[in-house]
Amino acid sequence: MQIRNRAFLLLGLLGVATAGLTGCKKSGDAADADTIVIGEVAALTGGTATFGQSSHAGTQMAIDEVNAAGGVLGKKIKLVTEDDQSKQGEAGIVAKKLVSREKVVALLGEVASGRSLEMAPIAQKAGIPMISPASTNPKVTETGDSIFRVCFIDPFQGTVMAKFALARGWKKVAVMTDVTQDYSVGLSQYFKEYFTKNGGTIVGEQSYASGDKDFKAQLTSIKEGAPDAILASGYYNEVGLMSTQAKELGIQAPLLGGDGWDSPSLVQVAGKSIEGSFFSNHFSNEDTAPRIQEFVTKYKAKHGTIPDAMAALGYDSAMILVDAIKRAGTTEGKALRDAIAATKDFEGITGKITLDAKRDANKPAVVLTIKDGKFVYVETVAP
Amino acid sequence: MDQFVQQLLNGLFLGAIYALIALGYTMVYGVLRFINFAHGDVFMLGAFGGLYVHKALEPLLNSLPWPLALAVVMLASMAICAALGIAIEYFAYRPLRNRPRLNVLITAIGVSLFIEYTGQLVFGATQQPFPALIPRQNISGLGGLTVTMTQVIVVVVTTALLVGLRYIVMRTRLGLAMRALSLNPTAAALMGVNTSVVISFTFGLGSALAAAGGILYASLYPSVDPFMGIQPGIKAFVAAVLGGIGNIPGAALGGMIIGVVETLVTGYSQKLGIPSGYKEGVAFVILILILLFKPSGLLGKVEREKV
Repeated sequence: MQIRNRAFLLLGLLGVATAGLTGCKKSGDAADADTIVIGEVAALTGGTATFGQSSHAGTQMAIDEVNAAGGVLGKKIKLVTEDDQSKQGEAGIVAKKLVSREKVVALLGEVASGRSLEMAPIAQKAGIPMISPASTNPKVTETGDSIFRVCFIDPFQGTVMAKFALARGWKKVAVMTDVTQDYSVGLSQYFKEYFTKNGGTIVGEQSYASGDKDFKAQLTSIKEGAPDAILASGYYNEVGLMSTQAKELGIQAPLLGGDGWDSPSLVQVAGKSIEGSFFSNHFSNEDTAPRIQEFVTKYKAKHGTIPDAMAALGYDSAMILVDAIKRAGTTEGKALRDAIAATKDFEGITGKITLDAKRDANKPAVVLTIKDGKFVYVETVAP
Repeated sequence: MDQFVQQLLNGLFLGAIYALIALGYTMVYGVLRFINFAHGDVFMLGAFGGLYVHKALEPLLNSLPWPLALAVVMLASMAICAALGIAIEYFAYRPLRNRPRLNVLITAIGVSLFIEYTGQLVFGATQQPFPALIPRQNISGLGGLTVTMTQVIVVVVTTALLVGLRYIVMRTRLGLAMRALSLNPTAAALMGVNTSVVISFTFGLGSALAAAGGILYASLYPSVDPFMGIQPGIKAFVAAVLGGIGNIPGAALGGMIIGVVETLVTGYSQKLGIPSGYKEGVAFVILILILLFKPSGLLGKVEREKV
């Protein structure tokens, strides 16, 4: 009796498995005929999941809008999204899978620079273009001529925060760097370069790793230097905890950071301790321009939350790709690459986007502060 | 000088948490001679247990004075995790009881991954803020030094649990049975010890300790996520081996040493000329040195193999 039951179970499982397999194959065949397949790598789970989820929501919204308007080149677009679990190493694996198995015509993603750096050589080798929505480390687009980004880069972002600190009269700044993130390392480096060249002093330099929760040792050491501000160039997870621990140790200096702070999770964890700190970002949802407010309303209707910068950048990266497909009239790798490279004065949500010779977008940054638990616009800094 | 004392304090408080988790590792090893790699994940479940118990009972807890509310949340979460620990043992480890130990070890890693990824499905992937069960305030009157209320509670609870555990193992009948089992399982069974009950009890107790550790950890660092157990789990494992695995005071000592060394290395990294990212490396170097020169751990006894 038991053996028979097991045999039935096994048969059933086999049936389900084959059904699943053939199902997959069918959709793949259909994709060749009347759809354009675009691959997306996003951190939907794991340490920086709020970034991945936002950028994916923005990207998906753009694709849905294009499809609702009849698609492009007479075809519908199919977005295939792979989750890399916010893991170093996983982004490359899923990018390979998208290229070889799904035969995507272009790759979108990642938001984190370290993970984009894994995807870039794969796209370059496969001869398909890749557009990163939010990777700000310069090395990302230096990988090859098929790699693009729709955001500003760290040298600019670091300089913006250094300028901002100097303008406030802060001459002594301590630096906390997440050494496991290329993004954080780059941001700290460019901040230091500009800051020290223009009369500032770095009074303490400490490092940590993503996933760390205890920063008391570093902060105790930083406190000795009595800094006017502390550059925390990493991502929101650690910055939130760092902020509470700094206040516990009696450090009153504000924290400074980059776009890696832009997550509601930051304020939830840091609470009052993060009030009065500053970070640079790609866009402010308080911007009154009608184009931006229209985007905010549409996004809110769909997801129930106000879009953050990652959502806007995800939207822009997809729209630029669609625009290029339209102009190229084909999805063939080389022609599509050239069309993206020729992007000029594209009216994106995060600003007017022109891709320069290095395939980077030169765009202004906004500086935001945290007030009553909300991100409040302070100023715009042009490159 | 002030800075040194502050760093020492930081290290001791961090070490107390490691010690608390290490106790669970060491106890299961002491009785069953196998390392329960899922222990760090039960620690995570303990923190989430605390979060959800707090959410469910919020109005009631707000009307209680905070030490009582903390006790309620902690005991509830410890009970939940004790039940989970017993369930894990029952479903995952018991069927393998008479198999080679390597099988159980591999299963433990599987259980660990299972809990982490199921945790992502159930709790969501993003970190969640942990409620302030212990008022976030500093203890005053210490000059330039800062010690928070949470840190004091961590040390008090860890000490209390350590003493309580020592009492259970040394003075109760179940403790006696645990020790008998660890000495010789077959002989213990022949003498009328109900092996299954003792093993279930050991897992329940170890998991309850992990839950207490999870809540204290989440109170110190108020954000919880399904992967929060991995790093402290590994540190606690190192601490347990360092102190002599299977030895309860050894686990506490090992935890303290790892906490202090890590903190001092990080705090003085600039002066020492090593990047502070190397703190984990230093902890492991100490472990390697101990294993080279005193393989049984600091407080462990050398076991002679009978021929």
